[in-house]
Amino acid sequence: MRLIESIGEWLDARLQVGTSIRETMEHRIPRETSSWFYVFGSAAFVVFILQIVTGIMLALIYVPSAGEAWSSLQTLNHNVALGWYIRALHGWGSNFMVAIVLIHMVQVFLFGAYKYPRELTWVIGVFLLLVTLGMAFTGQVLRFDQDAYWGLGIGASIASRVPGIGPWAVNLMLGGPIIAGATLSRFFALHVFVIPGLLIAFVSVHLLMVLKLGINEWPVPGRIVRKATYIKEYHALTKTDGIPFVPDAIWKDMFFAAFILLSIGLCAAYFGPFGPSGPPDPTIIQTSPRPDLFFLWLYAVLSFLPPSMETPALLIGPVVGILALVLLPFLFGEGEKSWRRRPVAVLTILLVVVALATFTHLAQHTPWSPIMDAWSGDPIPPEFLHSRSALERQGALVFQAKQCHNCHSLGDQGGKRGPALDAVAVRLTQDQLIRQVIQGGGNMPAYGKNLSPAETTAIVAFLETLHPPGQQPARNASRALAIEPGTGAPSSSHQ
Amino acid sequence: MTLPGGFTRRDVLMKIGILLNGIVAAILAVPIVRYLLSPVARGRKGGYESWVPLGNLEQFPSGQTRLATYRNPIVNPTDGDTADIACWVRNVDGQNFQVFAINCAHLGCPVRWFPQSSLFMCPCHGGAYYQDGSRASGPPERGLFEYHYRIESGRLFINAGEMPTPGSPTASNIVTEIRPCV
Repeated sequence: MRLIESIGEWLDARLQVGTSIRETMEHRIPRETSSWFYVFGSAAFVVFILQIVTGIMLALIYVPSAGEAWSSLQTLNHNVALGWYIRALHGWGSNFMVAIVLIHMVQVFLFGAYKYPRELTWVIGVFLLLVTLGMAFTGQVLRFDQDAYWGLGIGASIASRVPGIGPWAVNLMLGGPIIAGATLSRFFALHVFVIPGLLIAFVSVHLLMVLKLGINEWPVPGRIVRKATYIKEYHALTKTDGIPFVPDAIWKDMFFAAFILLSIGLCAAYFGPFGPSGPPDPTIIQTSPRPDLFFLWLYAVLSFLPPSMETPALLIGPVVGILALVLLPFLFGEGEKSWRRRPVAVLTILLVVVALATFTHLAQHTPWSPIMDAWSGDPIPPEFLHSRSALERQGALVFQAKQCHNCHSLGDQGGKRGPALDAVAVRLTQDQLIRQVIQGGGNMPAYGKNLSPAETTAIVAFLETLHPPGQQPARNASRALAIEPGTGAPSSSHQ
Repeated sequence: MTLPGGFTRRDVLMKIGILLNGIVAAILAVPIVRYLLSPVARGRKGGYESWVPLGNLEQFPSGQTRLATYRNPIVNPTDGDTADIACWVRNVDGQNFQVFAINCAHLGCPVRWFPQSSLFMCPCHGGAYYQDGSRASGPPERGLFEYHYRIESGRLFINAGEMPTPGSPTASNIVTEIRPCV
């Protein structure tokens, strides 16, 4: 013990940092700030350290070459002792880091911590969110599999839409005319050097400002932030009702960080590493590329935007979003901090959370994509074939053989791209069915050139049987008069 | 020593020092920027595009659409499998061909051909195209990207080398008009 003390003294006599470190650690913070709501920033930092450590571990084996990256991931998963676990830690650490950064941001927003004098801390925080997402995207590319390859294609297609410089942007992003070796190398440089460098720089400034300006006090309804008086009031608060950060407040950060690290460790052990999926061979086209969790919402948005809206939304949307976040503390730098008095803030968060969660949920089911093997893999449920005529069953065959099932479901089986056809006969008359099949429309391809008249007759006969037992199929009331004048009898809807 | 205007000699020397470093930085910036922009600069020369063989005509029976693969004309040693590119070859009538890029015109995912319904379908966002490459449904704004082709001594060649994207110059070279279904 004496030895450690004397070494410490010897070092501090030369470094002369002991006093300032002690002052920093023991700086006074408002008593109520020592709260379980104020632990997310430090947890994000601890997860970032975990990412650095596991990232360096992975770099010992990983080969950033388009020809070898995928097999080096296989080596990590199967041939290196606990290589799979380090990959799993890094992958789960990435998900936790994005999640915690988002939660931290929501907490800061709802607690009004971005208001005067902490505007710059918030702006740097916005940059930290962007570089964290940048790490997540580039990391997904380094897991160089099919999803990474086609994900790069999606990125390039988006970049190409920038007016004027689009083609240049694609070449710069890919490092050449196609997704190849140069592409992976530059994403490796971004993921390992450029973005972590920015991250460390931003984190340093962010932390420095938290120390210089003091951590946000617990927001109390009615305690209004005014530029003229805030700093004086804050200092008075820490003086009269403050506690030293170490040891009175830091234990909560430590407990939470340990809990998060343990959660990452358990997730990694239980769920294992992410991928890699199939090899990044672009001639293997039997693939349905999906982005990682935190980009799924974007994947969903891209399938819902009408074609004419897509390019403006893709190019203007992010600019507006980032600008709104950056301008927030300058537009609303004073006033109420408490979320109890800020209903618009609470509603904004609710709206964003519900929207992102809905899009993410949808993207996990991709109802907009045809199910590529439904026509051969999902048979028509027997109840739709029971006591049907030969012609109607022939129509059911056409329904399968022409891949209608890829986009339309029957009995909840098959694609969700188009409407379910369980009760289509109630909605459309015979003539409308024929027209829809032959001419398409409403986002359905026209099948007129691909169906013989006999096939069309058969499939429409089958579709006309699709109605609930107690409900009559739709029919055109004037048809009987128009086609069979004089008889007065309605024509049979089944041919 | 104080010079006219209140500058000391060391003030002037420091400013010259700053200027000197500025000049050196500007000189060094030229090769650095040129290096960073090399993917763009090479592209402007049009060196990426060249004629690559897809195979003998017998591989593409009349009236059918078949998957073909080719090696990208410019390959680097580290490219591995990524330099192998797939495309769809449609033999319209034994005389005329259409060669479509594998990439969906929406966001570049690989489209698949379904001969039974004569449709190309995309697994990502549900784009669909007719057999002649024209848009059938879904989010794409246009038909499939098409390569220029030519036939020489019984072999099919296409002009390829750049991944087609909605805004790339190659895409505008590619036949863009939607032809009537043959």
